[in-house]
Amino acid sequence: MFDFIKDNLILNDPLILGANISIVFTVIGVVATLTYFKKWKWLWNDWITSVDHKKIGIMYILAALVMLFRGGVDALLMRAQLTVPNNEFLSSQHYNEIFTTHGTIMILFMAMPFLLGLMNVVVPLQIGARDVAFPYLNNLSFWSFMFGAILFNMSFVFGGSPDAGWTNYAPLAIEGSPGPGINYYLLGLQISGIGTLLTGINFVVTIIKMRAPGMTLLRMPMFTWTTLITAFIIVFAFPILTVTLALMTFDRLFGTHFFTLTDGGNPMLWSNLFWLWGHPEVYIVILPAFGIFSEIIATFARKTLFGYKSMIISLAAISLLSFVVWVHHFFTMGGSAAVNSVFSISTMAIAIPTGIKIFNWLGTLYKGRIEFTTAMMWSVAFIPTFLIGGVTGVMLGMAAADFQYHNNYFLVAHFHYTLIAGVVFACFAGLVYWYPKMFGIKMNERIGKWAFWFFSIGFNVCFLPQFVLGFAGMPRRVYTYGPEDGWTALNVISSVGAFGMGVGFLVIVYNVYYSYRYGKREVSGDAWDGRTLEWATSSAIPPHYNFAHVPEVKGVDAFHYMKQEWKESGKPEDPDYKPIHMPNNAGVPFIMSGLFFVAGFGLVFELWWMAILGLVGIIGTMAHRSLTSHKYDKGYYVSVDEIEKTENRFKREA
Amino acid sequence: MNPLFDKFKPYLIVLISLVSLFFIIIFSSGSEMIILDPKGPVGQVQKDLIMLSIYYMLGIMIVVLSFFTFILLRYRSSRKGDYKPEMHGSTKLEIIWTLIPVLIVVALSIPNTKALYELKEAPKATAHKDPIVVHATAVDWKWIFSYPEEGIETVNYVNVPEDHPILFKVTAADSMASFWVPQIGGQIYGMPGMVNDLYLQADEPGTYAGRNSNFTGEGMTHQKFDFVAMEEGKYQKWVKDVQANEPKLTEKQYEQLILPGHVEKMTFSSTHLSIVDHGKNSEYAFAIREKYGITERSHGADADAESSHSGHGDHGNENGSHQDQEGHDGHSKDEEKEEGHEH
Repeated sequence: MFDFIKDNLILNDPLILGANISIVFTVIGVVATLTYFKKWKWLWNDWITSVDHKKIGIMYILAALVMLFRGGVDALLMRAQLTVPNNEFLSSQHYNEIFTTHGTIMILFMAMPFLLGLMNVVVPLQIGARDVAFPYLNNLSFWSFMFGAILFNMSFVFGGSPDAGWTNYAPLAIEGSPGPGINYYLLGLQISGIGTLLTGINFVVTIIKMRAPGMTLLRMPMFTWTTLITAFIIVFAFPILTVTLALMTFDRLFGTHFFTLTDGGNPMLWSNLFWLWGHPEVYIVILPAFGIFSEIIATFARKTLFGYKSMIISLAAISLLSFVVWVHHFFTMGGSAAVNSVFSISTMAIAIPTGIKIFNWLGTLYKGRIEFTTAMMWSVAFIPTFLIGGVTGVMLGMAAADFQYHNNYFLVAHFHYTLIAGVVFACFAGLVYWYPKMFGIKMNERIGKWAFWFFSIGFNVCFLPQFVLGFAGMPRRVYTYGPEDGWTALNVISSVGAFGMGVGFLVIVYNVYYSYRYGKREVSGDAWDGRTLEWATSSAIPPHYNFAHVPEVKGVDAFHYMKQEWKESGKPEDPDYKPIHMPNNAGVPFIMSGLFFVAGFGLVFELWWMAILGLVGIIGTMAHRSLTSHKYDKGYYVSVDEIEKTENRFKREA
Repeated sequence: MNPLFDKFKPYLIVLISLVSLFFIIIFSSGSEMIILDPKGPVGQVQKDLIMLSIYYMLGIMIVVLSFFTFILLRYRSSRKGDYKPEMHGSTKLEIIWTLIPVLIVVALSIPNTKALYELKEAPKATAHKDPIVVHATAVDWKWIFSYPEEGIETVNYVNVPEDHPILFKVTAADSMASFWVPQIGGQIYGMPGMVNDLYLQADEPGTYAGRNSNFTGEGMTHQKFDFVAMEEGKYQKWVKDVQANEPKLTEKQYEQLILPGHVEKMTFSSTHLSIVDHGKNSEYAFAIREKYGITERSHGADADAESSHSGHGDHGNENGSHQDQEGHDGHSKDEEKEEGHEH
C-alpha cells in the first residue's frame, strides 16, 4: 500500500509539488476550522444531506467556481508557456495534460455545474414549486457529480493526468496513453455523468408536473423553457456518453476491441460517438445561458421579452439540429463530398434559429428603459461577442473551408467566443442577478463592473488575435513554436488578455468577500423589480418551503402583472396558512456517491478488490433505499405555527 | 473611489479597448496569414470560399452591430426615449429575420458544395497531366512519403514538381494524424488501416511548411515536414539521382522508423510498401513495438493493459503472454516519460 502511494504521488515537478502542499494545508485548514467552530453537524444536517434545491444549487455553484479557478490556472499556465517561442516553462507532456484537464474541467466540471446550480436555485421558484420532483435524486445528482469531479481532479497529483485532449480520441487514448490518466478521465466523467443524467430526468418531470396553477407551458419564463429543453437534450444525449465511456473503459481495462486499432476495433467510432454526445453537450451549456440572458435583458430593459413564441420555436429547432451536426467536428476524416455537404448545411442551419434569438433580444431592448446593472452589462456584452462566435461558426461550418481551419487557432478562438461570451458571461450574469436570491445581499455593483471590464476586455484581447493566428497556420495543442513561425507577437497579446481575464476573476472573488462584509441585507424578495415568480417570495432568501401560498399565474411575466394588480387594487389579504408537505433530508446519496468514488478509484488503478468493494457498497445502498423508502421518505409537514412565525418575521423585517 | 476617477472611467475603458485593438490590428497585419496567401489551386479554392464567407459575415456583423449600438444609445433609461413595455413581438419582423438568414445559408451552401466536389478531383487547370501518386504515412512523430511509381521514399520532406497534380494517399501507422500544408491546401486525416485521397498542387517553386495538425501525443508539435515544389526538370533529375545514389530501405531500418520518436530527413531508393501497407494493416506498428519491447511513452505500471492490445498483430513475435513481465515495476511516471523520449 505504501509503495502504491509512493509510486503514484507526483513529487518531482515543482508546480505539482506546490499544489500537493497547498492541498494538504487547505484540507487541514478546513478540517481544523470546522472542528474548532463545531460545525461538522451543521455541515452534515444543513448542507450535505439537504434536499433543498436552493442549497444544492449553491453547492453546485461553489464547486463550479472552484473548478473555474482550477481550469483558469490551467489556462494561464498554457498562455505562459505559449507567450514566447521555444519556451521551456512546461514540458510537452505537462502541457498536454494541462490542456486536457483545462478542456474537460471547463466544460464538464465548470460550465455544467454552474448552469445546473442556477437551474436548481431558480427553476422551482420560477414555476412556483416547493422543490424539484425528486429531491432525493437531486441530492444524489449533486454528490455523484462532486465525487466524479474530485476523482478527475485528483489525477494531477496522484498518478498523472489524462493527456489525450478533452475529446480523448482513440487510438491515442487507448494504445497511445498507458497509465491511469485516461482511466481517471473515463471514470471521473462516468460518475459525474450519472448525476447529470439524473438531473435531466429530474427537471423534465419537475417542469412538466409541478408548475403553479395557471402556469401553462406558454406562460413559463424563458429560463424555465431553456431548462426544459436542455433537460430533454440531456436525457437523449448523456446515455450516449455513458455507453461510449463504458466501451472505452472495457477496452482499456479488460482488453476488448471497440476503439482499438487491432482485432477489428475502429477508432473512428469513438470520434463519432463522442461528438454524437459532444455536440448536443455544447447546446446543453449554451441554451440555459440563452435563458439567463433572456431573463436579465427583459428585466433591465423593463420590457416583456420580444418574440416569446419564436424564442421557444428556435430553442426547439436548435435542440433538434444539435443532434444532426456531429460530423462537422471531423470533416477532414475523409467523408464523401455528399456527406460533408449535408452536414455543412445542417451546421449552418443552426445559425438561423440563433439569429432569430439575437434579433429577439435586440427587439426586447428596442423601446425599453435600459438599466446598465452589472448583470445587464454581462448580458448586453454577450450579444456582439457571441455574434463573432456565431459568424465564425458559420465559416467553420463550410466543410471545404474547414479543411483549412480544422485543428488550428481559428477554431480555438471560435469556440472560446461561443463558450466564454455565451456560457461564462451567462454564469457571471446569472450569479450577480440571482445572488440576492441565494444569499440575501446584492454583489457590489461598482466592483462588479470592474470585474466585467477586466474580464470582457481581457477576453477579447486574448481571443481576437487567435483568429489571426489561425490564418497564420498555428495548430492547436502544440506546446511550443519557433520564432521563424512568426506567431510571437500575437501570442504575447493573447497572453496579456488572458492575464486580464484572470484579474477579472479575482475581482469577482473579492466581490464575494466584499459583499459579504459590507453588503446591505435585502429586505424584500424582489431585488431588481423582477418579472418572474422567483422574485415573488416573501423574503430575500426564500424559506425552505419557498412559498407560504402557491402563487396563481395569469400570464407570462407572472410577478410583473401581480405587482400591477396590487398597485391598482391593493395587495389582497393572505388566506389562512395550511400545513406544507416537504421532503426529508437524505444521507444515503452522499454515502452512495462516496462508494462510487471508491469503485471508480479502484478501477482507475485496476485495484480489483477496491472496485468490487465499492460496487457491492453501491448495490447495498440502493437496496437500503428500496427497502426503507416507504418508511423514511414520506416527508413531513411544516406546521401552520411555524409558517406563521416565519412569515411574520419576514413582514417585520420588511 | 474618488469621483473624478469615476467620471473618467468610461473614457479609460474606451481608451484601453482602442489601444488593445490597435495593437491587435498592427500585429495581425504584420503576421503572415499563409492560409490567405495560397500557392496552389486547392488552397486558392479554399481561400476564395473563406473570403466569400468573410464578406457575408462582415455584412451581417455591420447590420447587427449598427442596430445594437443604436438601440443601446437610444433606449438607455437616462435618455427617456420611447417606452413600450408591452411590445411583445412582430410577426412581420420575425419572418424577415428568419428568411434573410435562410437565404444567406443557401447562398453559402451552394459554393461550399461545389467546392467540396471540386476538391475531390484533380485541379482542373492541369487535369490533362497524370497525377503523381505519393503515399503519405504518419508515424509517431514523423512523415514518410513513398513514390510507388518512382520507387523512392523520403522521410520528413516531400519533393514535387510544380504545376503538376499530386495525389496524396494519406494514412498512418499508429495514430490519427492530420496531413496539412497550409499554403498549398487544406488537410485530411491519416488513419491506420485506411487511406484518404487528397489532391494538392503547387503553382510556384518553393519550400512550404507541412505538419501533422492533429494531436497525437508528446511529439506532435515537432511532427513537421517540408513540402518542396521544384521545376519539372529539376524534379526529374532529383528522382533519377535518388534512384541511382540513395540506399535501399531495409526491413530493419523501417522497423526502426516505426518506433516512436523524431528523425532527421532521409531518402531511400525503395519504398516500404513492399514491407507493409499501412492502409490495410493497422496492427503492424504495434507488433513492431512489441518486438522491440517498446510501449509508447511508458514502461510502467499499466503497460500490461497496453500490450494486451498489441499481442495479436500479424507480425507479433512468439511471446504472446508477456503481460505480467512488466507488471508493477515501480517506475515513477516522470521516469517513464524520460525513457519514452527519442528527440
